[in-house]
Amino acid sequence: MTHGGNGHDYPTPPPASERRVLGHAVTRIEDRPLVTGRGRYAGDINFPHQLHMRVVRSPKAHGRIISVDASVALKMPGVVAVWTNDDIADLSPIDFRADKNATGIREFRQPALAKTYVRYIGDPVAAVFADDPYVAEDAAEHVALAIEELPVVMSASDPPGEFEPGRSSEAIVLHHSFGDIEAAFKNAHAVVEIDVQTGRHSGVPMETRGAIGVYDAAKDLLELHGAAKIPHRNRETLCRMLKRSPSSLHVHESHVGGGFGIRGELYPEDLLVLVAAMRFKRPVKWIEDRREHLMCANQGREQRHLARIAVDKNGHILGIEDEIFHDQGAYIRTHGVNVPNRTMCMMTGAYKVPAYRAKARVRLTNKTPAATYRAPGRYESTFVRSRLMDAVAAKLGLDPVEVRRRNLITADELPYVIAFNEPGIEELEFDSGDYPALLDKALKAFGWDKLQAVMKRRRAAGELVGAGVAIFMEESGRGPSDNARIKVDPDGDVELITGGASLGQGFETSMAQICAEALGVDYQRVRVIHGQTDLIDHGIGAHAARATVLTGGAVHVTATMVREKAIEFAAELLQTPAADLDIVDGMVMRRGAKDGGPSISLGDIAKRVAPGSKLLRGRDPQLAAHGWYNTDHTVFPYGVHLAVVRVDRDTGKVAVERFMVAYDVGRAVNPLLIEGQLVGGCVQGLGGALSEEFVYDESGEPLSATFADYLMPTLHEVPDVEVLLTEDAPSPRHPLGLKGAGEGGINGAGGVIASAIDDALQMPGAITRLPVTPQRIRELLRRRATA
Amino acid sequence: MSDKVDITLDINGAAHAISVEPRKTLVDAIRDDCGQTGTHIGCEHGVCGTCTIILDGEAIRSCLMFAVQADGRKIRTVEGLADGETLHPLQQAFIDHHGLQCGFCTPGFLMLAANALEHNPDIGDGELLDVLASNLCRCTGYQNIIKAVRAARDTMRGAKV
Repeated sequence: MTHGGNGHDYPTPPPASERRVLGHAVTRIEDRPLVTGRGRYAGDINFPHQLHMRVVRSPKAHGRIISVDASVALKMPGVVAVWTNDDIADLSPIDFRADKNATGIREFRQPALAKTYVRYIGDPVAAVFADDPYVAEDAAEHVALAIEELPVVMSASDPPGEFEPGRSSEAIVLHHSFGDIEAAFKNAHAVVEIDVQTGRHSGVPMETRGAIGVYDAAKDLLELHGAAKIPHRNRETLCRMLKRSPSSLHVHESHVGGGFGIRGELYPEDLLVLVAAMRFKRPVKWIEDRREHLMCANQGREQRHLARIAVDKNGHILGIEDEIFHDQGAYIRTHGVNVPNRTMCMMTGAYKVPAYRAKARVRLTNKTPAATYRAPGRYESTFVRSRLMDAVAAKLGLDPVEVRRRNLITADELPYVIAFNEPGIEELEFDSGDYPALLDKALKAFGWDKLQAVMKRRRAAGELVGAGVAIFMEESGRGPSDNARIKVDPDGDVELITGGASLGQGFETSMAQICAEALGVDYQRVRVIHGQTDLIDHGIGAHAARATVLTGGAVHVTATMVREKAIEFAAELLQTPAADLDIVDGMVMRRGAKDGGPSISLGDIAKRVAPGSKLLRGRDPQLAAHGWYNTDHTVFPYGVHLAVVRVDRDTGKVAVERFMVAYDVGRAVNPLLIEGQLVGGCVQGLGGALSEEFVYDESGEPLSATFADYLMPTLHEVPDVEVLLTEDAPSPRHPLGLKGAGEGGINGAGGVIASAIDDALQMPGAITRLPVTPQRIRELLRRRATA
Repeated sequence: MSDKVDITLDINGAAHAISVEPRKTLVDAIRDDCGQTGTHIGCEHGVCGTCTIILDGEAIRSCLMFAVQADGRKIRTVEGLADGETLHPLQQAFIDHHGLQCGFCTPGFLMLAANALEHNPDIGDGELLDVLASNLCRCTGYQNIIKAVRAARDTMRGAKV
C-alpha cells in the first residue's frame, strides 16, 4: 500500500498473526489487584495527620455574594479553618490548559472560590477544613451564605445576559469555513434546514473525583495525589498558577475509577487542597460525593444547531452551513473553547463537502460548566450530520444509506485534506481508509437488506420498529511528542516508565504488549508506570484517544533501542553477528534456533553491562533507553454504527434491539480491550441518546443530582452490542499503524438512534433532540395520531 | 455527635474492634476504621451498588446501613473472596472475559454475583440478568460482566459435579 503525502509514511505493519503478542487478545496485567480489592483509588489514599476539606457551594444559580458567615462553623470542635475567596485572593482563576494564550475568553475562567458572584448551583463559595470528614460536612452546613439573586440565563438559545456588569454572557463567536458557500446554496437543487439539539450529558465515572494535597516542607515539595488523565499537563498549569517550578510540584496518579474526558481536568478543589496543604503544613484530602459530582464536575454536549444543507439533484452535497448555540455553563474551564471548535472541525465527517461555513456562539449559562466528554464535538456533530443526511434523503425521496454512500470520500481520494479559511485552525488530513468499503462490510454483517424486509413485515403487523446508519470520522494521536524510559532489571523484569495515564482503558497492558513485542519478552514481565511526574518529565496522559497511539509510538521506539543495545552486546558475548540474533521470551539467541545453540538472557546482559563493566568499552552502562516519538500528524480512524430500535406505543420507551459498531482501528494492539472500549462507549452513547440528561428548572436548580434522576443505562437497557473490528487501513503516519479506539463506540450513537427512531415512527426528521426520552416519544406519537 | 459506640465488625472472619459514631455508615467503617478499602463508595444513596457486600449471607449496600447495625454480624467483602492465592472462579472469569475496565464497580459486582450464585448455583440467564441489573458500571457496557458471571456459574457448577 502506498500513500501520498509528505514523506513520513511508514511501511504497512504486519498483521497480528505475524506478531508474538502485539495485536493479540491477551488478558490484562491490571486486573489481579482490581478483582481482589487491592486497587488504590483516590479515596483509598491517606496520609498521617491529614485534614479533610468540604466545599460550601452556592445554593443560587446566579447572584451577588453579600456575606459568608463562618462564625458558627469555626467554633465546632475539629474545625481548623473556613476559607473564602479572601483567603486565596492572590490565586488566579483556573487557567486554560489547551488554549492558554486564548484571548477574549480569559475573563470567563472560574476562580477556585467564588469572588463577587456565584454563577451556578454548586459554585464553590467557601471551603471548610477539619480533622474528620463528618465534622467538615457538619460545619459546612453551618456556613451561612447571604446571596442577592440576579436574573438567570438558562439556555444558550435565549438572548445573552450579563456575565458581570457590562460583559455579555456570549463569550465569543467562533468561525470555521472553506469553499464558496454562497455559490453552493445559490446553485442548489434543494436546500434542507434543520433545528436540532443535543442534551446535556456527562461521563459520570463510578468513582467520584478526589484530590489529596501534600506539602513536604523539608524538601519544599508539593504533591497532588488522586490525579488523572493528564498529570503532566496539569502540572504545567499548576506551576503557572502557583508560581512553582516543575521540579517542586509533582502530580501522582493512582488507580482511577473511570475518566471519559471529564475526570482529571483541573477543578477548583484541586487548587484548594494544594494551597491548603502548603498553608496548613498538613495533608489535605477531599473526596467528592455523588450529588456534588452531578452538580460540579464538567458536563457537556449541550448544543443547538440551526443547520442547512445544499444538494444537487442526485443528493450530492454542495454545501453545509451551521449556526451553533453552545451552552458553556457558568464558566470556561481548562479546555477553553475546544469543544465548539472540535464540533465545527469534524462536522463534515467522512463526506465530500465542497463548501462549509459554521459559526459557534459560545454562551455562558447559569448551569454547571461544560467541557469535554468522550468524543467531544464528534458525538454532537455526527448527530447533526446524520440528521442532515436523513433530511436530504427524505426531501429527494432517496434511500438514506444511498445518500450517505454517494457522498463518502473514496479510498483513491486519500489522503484527503480539509483546510479552513480561518488562520490558526489546523487542517485535517485524513490519512488512510476505505469508508465505502467499511459501510458495505457493516451493512452485510448486519444483514441490512434482509432486515428491511423483516421490519416492513413487523411494521405491517403494528410494531414500531426501525433501523438507522451513522457514519463518522474519529481523530486520535495528535502530536507533538511523547517519550518513554525502559530498563531491564538483572532478573529480566522490565520497567517501562511512561507519561501516559490509565483511566481503566487497559493502558498498562497495551503498553506492555508494544514493549514486549519489540523487546522479545513476556508482556506480563513488563511493569508499566504512568501518571508520575517525578519519574519522567514529560507525558501526554490519556485524552482524545491519544495514549495508545502517541505513548505507544514512544514505547515502540524506546523498546527498539533497548533491543538493539541488547543485541549489540549479545553479539559480542555470543560471538555471533548481530544480524543473526533474535530475542525470544527474554533470551537472545540465533534467529530460528529451535533448541540449543548459544543464548543469553536479557537479565544476564543487564548484569554484564552494569556500571564499571569491562564489556562497556566507553559505552553507557545499563540495559536501558530513553526514547521519543515525534509526529506532526493526527491519525483518523472511522466507523459505522447501525441500530434497530422498537418503540413502545403505550409507554414511549425505546428498546434498542440491536446495535453494531463497525470500526477500523488501523492496527489493533489488543482486540479484546478495543472491543471493551467500543462496547462501553456505545452504551454511554445510548444513555445520552435515550435517557441521560442534566435537567434544570427555570431558576437554575439542577434536577438531575442523584442516580435516581440522572438515568444511566443498566444491564436491562443495553443490547448485546455487535462489534465489527477491522484493520483494513493501518495509519501510514504511525510506525505500528495504530489509530485510537476510545471514542469510536460513542461517536455515532446519538445520530444512529435518532435515524432508527425516525424510521420506527415512519416520521422522517421527527427526532430533533437528544435524549429521546419516553415523554418526548409520547409527544411525537400524539402528534403522529393527529397528523 | 461525638458519642462513640464500641462495636466489633467481623470482616472475612477477622474481628475488628472499633469505636464509631452511631451515624457512621457501614461502608465508611469498613474502609476507614477497618482499612478494608476494596469496598468502594459510588453514590451513597443505594442506587449504584458499588458498595455491595455480603452480610449474614445476603448481598446488601453497605452505604445504606450504619456500622452499629452490623455489630457482631458476619461481613464478607471482596478481600475475602479468593482462597489465598487462588482466585475465586468469579474473579478469574472477570479477568478472562475482560469484565472490568477501571475496576471501581468490580468489587460490588463480584459480591453481588457471588451471593446470587451461592443462593442458586443453577441460576438461569434471565434471573442473573435481573440480579446484575441492580448495579451500575460505566466502562464495560455490561456485556463482558454478564459473560464472566455466566462462565463462572458454569465453572462452579462443573466443579461440583
